[in-house]
Amino acid sequence: MSQQTTPLGKQQQYYRKKYLRNLPTAFCTGCGNGSILGCFVRAVDALVVGKQLQQRDLLCVSGIGCSAWIPSPYFKGDTLHTTHGRAIAFATGAKIMNPKLEVVVFTGDGDGAAIGGNHLIHAARRNIPLKVILVNNQVYGMTGGQSAPTTPFGVHSSTYQSNPEPPFDLSRLALGAGASYVARWTTYHIDDIITSMQEALLHPGFVFIEIISQCPTYAARFFNEYRDSLSPKERKQFHRNPGAWMLKALKGKRTGKNLGHPRYELTLKDQTIELGVFIREERSTLTETLQSLWK
Amino acid sequence: MKQGLYFVDGGIACAEGALYAGCRFFAGYPITPATSIVKRMAERLPQLRGYYVQMEDEIASMAAIIGASWAGGKAMTATSGPGFSLMQENLGYAYLTETPLVVVDTQRSGPSTGQATMPAQQDVMQARYGTHGDIAPIAFAPWSVQEMFDFTVYAFNYSERFRTPVLLMADGAISYMREPLNIPKKGELPIVNRRSLSKDDPNPDEIFLRYEMPKFGDGHDLLVTGSAHRPTGVRDYSPRYHRATIHWLFEKQKEAGKALQQEGLDLEVHNLDNADTVIISFGAAARPAYKAVLAAQKEGESIGFIRLKTLWPFPENQLTKLVKDMKRIFVVEMNMGMMIREIERVGCQAQVTGIPKVGGEIHHSNEILQKIRG
Repeated sequence: MSQQTTPLGKQQQYYRKKYLRNLPTAFCTGCGNGSILGCFVRAVDALVVGKQLQQRDLLCVSGIGCSAWIPSPYFKGDTLHTTHGRAIAFATGAKIMNPKLEVVVFTGDGDGAAIGGNHLIHAARRNIPLKVILVNNQVYGMTGGQSAPTTPFGVHSSTYQSNPEPPFDLSRLALGAGASYVARWTTYHIDDIITSMQEALLHPGFVFIEIISQCPTYAARFFNEYRDSLSPKERKQFHRNPGAWMLKALKGKRTGKNLGHPRYELTLKDQTIELGVFIREERSTLTETLQSLWK
Repeated sequence: MKQGLYFVDGGIACAEGALYAGCRFFAGYPITPATSIVKRMAERLPQLRGYYVQMEDEIASMAAIIGASWAGGKAMTATSGPGFSLMQENLGYAYLTETPLVVVDTQRSGPSTGQATMPAQQDVMQARYGTHGDIAPIAFAPWSVQEMFDFTVYAFNYSERFRTPVLLMADGAISYMREPLNIPKKGELPIVNRRSLSKDDPNPDEIFLRYEMPKFGDGHDLLVTGSAHRPTGVRDYSPRYHRATIHWLFEKQKEAGKALQQEGLDLEVHNLDNADTVIISFGAAARPAYKAVLAAQKEGESIGFIRLKTLWPFPENQLTKLVKDMKRIFVVEMNMGMMIREIERVGCQAQVTGIPKVGGEIHHSNEILQKIRG
């Protein structure tokens, strides 16, 4: 049994009642997925209250992996929990058949970039108005900490003593494939995620938001990048509450501004990761083009 | 297309059948011999305010039609052997989530790339057992261009009526063959539409293990998952819910089997009275088989003919009765012997002989005739 935390405030009760199903959470203590669901609910609420979005038009599609459980079954709205890697393809069918639906895809680095990488790049190229939120925790969490295509080079996972592969830069991949809105944040940057999600929900085109997140269960156990710089005393504290310590490592340094959003820079292991909004462009979308064939 | 008589290939007939049935969404990936269907859908769907989407592969095509079906559309994809293999995982998803849709497999000679484009009937067991887990499919086997049209309409009707994927197991020969096609008047063939949840439904939260199906965007807060689930869609791995779901899938197939028999869609027979020998076949292979039966009758053989219109559910009760007094049964199929196993089960007192053929060619009626003569 997990420990009971502080009682919910009024605002939290409001969000929970309006947007969440009353089900026990399956996420580990300190997991980033809860924060991401919290951000999403706040972004949606702002638009619903502002009458820019109808809750019943929302459809959350997800694949397989921890990230898939962010909307399904917690989010109160239509959810489609699909096969591994294929969420974007399922979402494509639903969005085209009913363009009125506001389709949001929750996926992970394994789901969206390994097994489902092909669907990701093609959806970006088509500029189909799907809002893809990819949670990158740099590891396969649900299956027990195996290396992912996003695991930093040289770190220890449950499959490699030292990961022999360099990681994917997913935001650049989406950018190159033609996504018309691309942003990357970490779970530390809650406010930026919320404003970025609001922007994304209103953006008329394909959206890719990568959120680098912490996996306190596996990434913390295997990844030395979070521990290398810590003193022995700090390490003890780290193991008591790895989620919080990993969040600190995801803070990064502010480097400037772009497209109305702050930019940050983050160093993980030997990797330098840029955060911010990288592109926001309006282009014709696949749903519009398909309907233009009707005449 | 307007009502009338046309001279077209099986692929066009299939596409027109789908449109007649109300299909407005097609996702596909190019593969021969399914291309004729795909091209026709791409051309015709926009004229009817429908959508044709060319996906990045067959996995995505299958996924997209599931999404479109839950968004309220009648959806279809068409492919051939290699693509059908790729679709299997998501096809299993469609069975578990009770999603109505139609998949056309214009079978070609395999395994692997095999003899690309050349006809075969080697996927009939993949239709039955292809995806992992227990499923209870419905699969039709057309043998003419006219049946490519009719069976596609029936496939949509059965998929909507029983809330399940339905397979049309065609083949390269039927798909590219040209024959007269009679397109019926609107309303002449019955069209079954999806049953939606009524406003005063006593259990509106229960969206599975029932024939009514809500759609996205209607404010039902649907939970659709490929994991084992309760009737409400909430993920639940306990034995009782999984058992209930799988039993329900098989129950539906049984009901469909009864309906198929009542509508005469399970099989057709020729000259079985007084026959002690029967040839059983289906799809393209049934054409030379039928010709061989007619020739053998002329030679004085007391021989009859059974053609399976439905492969799954296998019409076993009906067939058991029909073959019970037969001494010899020949099974003609374009594979190394697949449906023969099912036929051996129901006709075990007779001598069951397979007349298999691989190599991407249809049987010649003489080959079959020689086997009958012994």
